[in-house]
Amino acid sequence: MTLLLALAPALLFGAGVYLLLQRDLLRDVAGMILASNAATLFVLATGLQRGRAPILPVPDGTTASDPLVQAMALTAIVISFGVATLLLSLVYAVWETHGTIDQEDLLAAQTRQEQALDREERPAP
Amino acid sequence: MRGHLPVLPLLLTLVGAMATPIVALVAPRAASGLAVGAAAAAALAALGGLADVLVAGPRRYALGGWPGPWGIELVLDPLSGFVGVVVAGVGTAALLAGAGGARRVYGDAAPTFHALALVALTGYLGIVASGDLFNVFVFLEIAAISSYALVASGGGPGLVAAFRYAVLGTVGASFYLLGVALLYALTGSLNMADLAARLPALAQSPLLTGGAALIVVGLAIKMALFPLHGWLPDAYTHAPSPVTALLPAVGTKAAAYALARILLSVLGGGDLPLAMLLAWTGAVAVVVGGVLAARQQDARRLLAYSSVSQMGYIAIGLGLAGTSALAGAYLHMLGHALAKGALFIGVGALLLAGRRPALAALGLGPRQPVLGACLVVAALSMVGVPPALGFFSKWYLLEGAVAAGQPGLVGAILLGSLLALVYMYRLTGAVWFGESGALPVAATPRPVLAVLVVLAVATLGLGLVSGPLVDRILIPAAVLTTAAAGP
Repeated sequence: MTLLLALAPALLFGAGVYLLLQRDLLRDVAGMILASNAATLFVLATGLQRGRAPILPVPDGTTASDPLVQAMALTAIVISFGVATLLLSLVYAVWETHGTIDQEDLLAAQTRQEQALDREERPAP
Repeated sequence: MRGHLPVLPLLLTLVGAMATPIVALVAPRAASGLAVGAAAAAALAALGGLADVLVAGPRRYALGGWPGPWGIELVLDPLSGFVGVVVAGVGTAALLAGAGGARRVYGDAAPTFHALALVALTGYLGIVASGDLFNVFVFLEIAAISSYALVASGGGPGLVAAFRYAVLGTVGASFYLLGVALLYALTGSLNMADLAARLPALAQSPLLTGGAALIVVGLAIKMALFPLHGWLPDAYTHAPSPVTALLPAVGTKAAAYALARILLSVLGGGDLPLAMLLAWTGAVAVVVGGVLAARQQDARRLLAYSSVSQMGYIAIGLGLAGTSALAGAYLHMLGHALAKGALFIGVGALLLAGRRPALAALGLGPRQPVLGACLVVAALSMVGVPPALGFFSKWYLLEGAVAAGQPGLVGAILLGSLLALVYMYRLTGAVWFGESGALPVAATPRPVLAVLVVLAVATLGLGLVSGPLVDRILIPAAVLTTAAAGP
């Protein structure tokens, strides 16, 4: 179980980073979601302890599972959900304004715009 | 009442953020006043908190009545009190200066801008107030998510900039969370004071090294420390003017504070090799950021790269971790917040008046002497000319670098000032002596001018009283962060 919980975040994080390095913005969002869920799973893994439900009073000599990591994971899930929604709406807005969600195309368009601005506003020699 | 001072600034901005859109339904004009009022009240509360610390000593506040180390604690001490005043004070100035611009940029959606800005301020104030590692993560994300939305709020190229900012920011937050999880696995505690007491016994653990490295990298992304600054130039260049008045001045400072607090007083990082690495990274940031700033054609991009350079100074101070180096770093947070706030507000006012952002098109001539003079004062502070605040913070940093016997860092600090002279001259020179003087320029609104004058006077005035400021507040704050690191 420990090995599984060590490998799962590693795999998720690796897949997330691979997706983050892609040109397509939607793939980036997917990578982002995987990476933050890897972090959440890792938080859960740090409090790994089998036991009763953590409700006081805990009888002597028994172990209770750690409630704090679950509270933290829940908070982290909510936060990464919020970020994912925001990112997806940003991708949609980018597609509406620029007509593409390919990073290379976006970068090329931006460079062209900046060069045009530079030429226009440099004082004539 | 005094017992609640640690939580009061956060509550005021949070309640203000929720009330603003509701009030806007009934009275749209009153909403921006309410938002600025909430920020001003938070600034007063933060000031009260700082005064209370000076009189009565540090305060620990158990949120919800659950005492630490189980409950979440807020901590009010000289350092968090000081940074809280910087964030809330400069944030109020930025909201006041941006109110008029927000009506023009956003129209009917202006209350949404104010609500988002207040949520961002709540996040920053929360980072500063919190005494709990996971709580810092939550506030980091509250501030970050509202910042992404603010950067994107202008549409156009700001959308792509906001996307990159959001991706890098979330990667930073994930690193921070992984680091916190490692420390929790090691100690079973999240309370900063509790961790600081337990960690010295575990100094040899690889979990501590790994956790510290992950936390430092995560926060370095959030404070845009070179070479992790990739999100910053685009975000600050393409965000709307009311947003650039707020985020560059206070955003990166809160992350720098979190780094100081966690690296130095929780992890006892003054002795780790990590600290020296941080100082040298800061030195490279100072030089590279300065060179890049000097090469820019766009006024906002120039200011953005100058932020990369100036955050390098703070990193040098934190890495050196000596008393005067830390005092210099903390003073630089104030000096840079005031000066960068004034510069972005001034440039934003010119853009709102119809100017193009390119340096060659910014020319104003002597027609708006007050605006021009305030920009010059802020620029002098960035360069480090006495009696502006920037001179004194760099002086303490130099003293710290000399005391630590690091001639390389001394050289970087001086070279950074020289580069600041170059890029700040390019900006202020373009404003004063630019060639496009024939174009008409709308007068700068009075509230904006008033804020600029206040920021400029504060830059000079606080520079003149920086001696007592450092002795009474910053030296205790520096001692606080070094003392926990051991004898």
